[in-house]
Amino acid sequence: MAMKQSLGKRASVTILAWVVGFLIFFPILWTFLTSFKSEIDAIAMPPKFLFFNWTLENYAEVQQRSNYLHFAYNSIVLSIGANLIGLLISIPAAWSMSFAPTKRTKDVLMWMLSTKMMPAVGVLVPIYLWARDLHLLDSLWGLGFVLMMLNLPILIWMLYTYFKEIPVGILEAARMDGASLLNEILYVLTPMAVPGIASTMLLAIILSWNEAFWTLNLATSNAAPLTAFIASYSAPEGFFWAKLSAASTLAIAPILILGWFSQKQLVRGLTFGAVK
Amino acid sequence: MGSIQLRSVNKAFGAVKVINGVDLDIKDGEFAVFVGPSGCGKSTLLRLIAGLEDVTSGHVLIDGKDVSNVGPSKRGLAMVFQSYALYPHMSVRGNIAFALKMAGEKADVIEKKVQKAAATLNLTDYLDRKPRQLSGGQRQRVAIGRAIVREPEAFLFDEPLSNLDAALRVQMRVEIGELHNALKTTMIYVTHDQVEAMTMADKIVVLDRGSVAQIGTPLELYNRPNGLFVAGFIGSPTMNMIRGPSAAKRGATTIGIRPEHADVSTTAGEWPATVRLAEHLGSDTFVHADAEGIGALTLRLEGEAPLKPDQRIFVTPREANLHKFDKNGRRIN
Repeated sequence: MAMKQSLGKRASVTILAWVVGFLIFFPILWTFLTSFKSEIDAIAMPPKFLFFNWTLENYAEVQQRSNYLHFAYNSIVLSIGANLIGLLISIPAAWSMSFAPTKRTKDVLMWMLSTKMMPAVGVLVPIYLWARDLHLLDSLWGLGFVLMMLNLPILIWMLYTYFKEIPVGILEAARMDGASLLNEILYVLTPMAVPGIASTMLLAIILSWNEAFWTLNLATSNAAPLTAFIASYSAPEGFFWAKLSAASTLAIAPILILGWFSQKQLVRGLTFGAVK
Repeated sequence: MGSIQLRSVNKAFGAVKVINGVDLDIKDGEFAVFVGPSGCGKSTLLRLIAGLEDVTSGHVLIDGKDVSNVGPSKRGLAMVFQSYALYPHMSVRGNIAFALKMAGEKADVIEKKVQKAAATLNLTDYLDRKPRQLSGGQRQRVAIGRAIVREPEAFLFDEPLSNLDAALRVQMRVEIGELHNALKTTMIYVTHDQVEAMTMADKIVVLDRGSVAQIGTPLELYNRPNGLFVAGFIGSPTMNMIRGPSAAKRGATTIGIRPEHADVSTTAGEWPATVRLAEHLGSDTFVHADAEGIGALTLRLEGEAPLKPDQRIFVTPREANLHKFDKNGRRIN
């Protein structure tokens, strides 16, 4: 029996949703607006929301002081590169767990997930030493490797849940049709799982793009991505809020745009399997 | 050449034994049907032949060659699945061509073979459609077409008609039979429907809890079932099983009589009974009756029999068609 909601109830739910959405979005909106203020306006009390002298001086100074494009390039290379390699590892891993599980498969999956529960600072020293000894500090390869390893549990888990939805009969049909394991993954599994793989990659790219702890500790200049770019605007003397906001806006704009255009896939990816 | 032999094949999933020492010989060109109730192991046996499951012990031979350790892609077999298992992201053409592509065939050869298979199965107009745009019967034909193009040693069918409606099932049954006559390739067909088994098979393998109960032609199984299980499984309506004095005086623990092998009279006969229900089909009348000291009986009378509920009748089994079984359920006559 369809439940008819009253107009009043629907209106209240809609208003509530907009309020919650606005509250969640507010910090980003505030950062964006502050990036167009002078430093004085940025710390004004009471805070100035829309009515202030709009200026582009922060963007000019940020671009003059640091090479935004260099940091952006590193962010792109690290986010996409690390996760593409992660995908090459996680697709076969998820295949094996989905279609050839053993008694220990569930244990392995839980163990992988448990590594995400550990505070990263607990392994900072050994990983730093490892990167130093292998001359991988401040290198895209070293940082990329760490970012890939960070995301592997998530990549494998998400792909595992997608692959479980694929009827195993279709893969068996491919085997009967003469497909080798590689051909089965290339021509049958991957095309069928493209929506799942795409949303997994999107999420992984966003996570890597925003990863601050390891990027700040393992990179200084050559491999420094946009997270380091933002952090460089935190000075011991205090925060230059307007410039920090400009730097932050520049740093998050690309991923925000990507997320906006792929929100359908992201939502599908995060909720897939939750509702039949 | 597509002869298939199973030698002492056993399959266990952990501690659970699902196939117990099966020995089987299927000749080249034969249409063999594996039939049995749910859970008897018929699909597992098919999958062992296909290579989709590994045998726990024993051997699977194709044309005398042991393929027990050979993967499914290299056994030269083609399988039609119950759920069709079509590739949803490929068109009908892509589905049928996939095996040829995996075999490394040239594009023009692939196209020619695809067109030939499509023509055989009336799929030419649907080659560019995706599976989701097809009806159940069309999808089943694509699954068969995918198998045909491989020109396999043998076809394996795993309950291919169970997802179709009754009318389509009858039509597809005839089409598969005609396909077998045309191709003369070995076919192994798994079904729980004994009507399909009886109408399609050259040879029926009846399975019961992982073991072979009996192998024979449809009429051999119908006329001379080797035990209570096969006697009760083959034939619709089920054979009437009678215990007690009527069986003992004939030297058996149980006697069986098929519904059509008993004479019904309103005046005299061996077993007095009361009609519970009469089903009038026009061509036949099915009478369900309760016989005194015997139990429920199902009888099949030719044509229209004017019997009503609560009517008194007398049932006499035809001695020549009686089946006698000992205390272990094995045939003794």
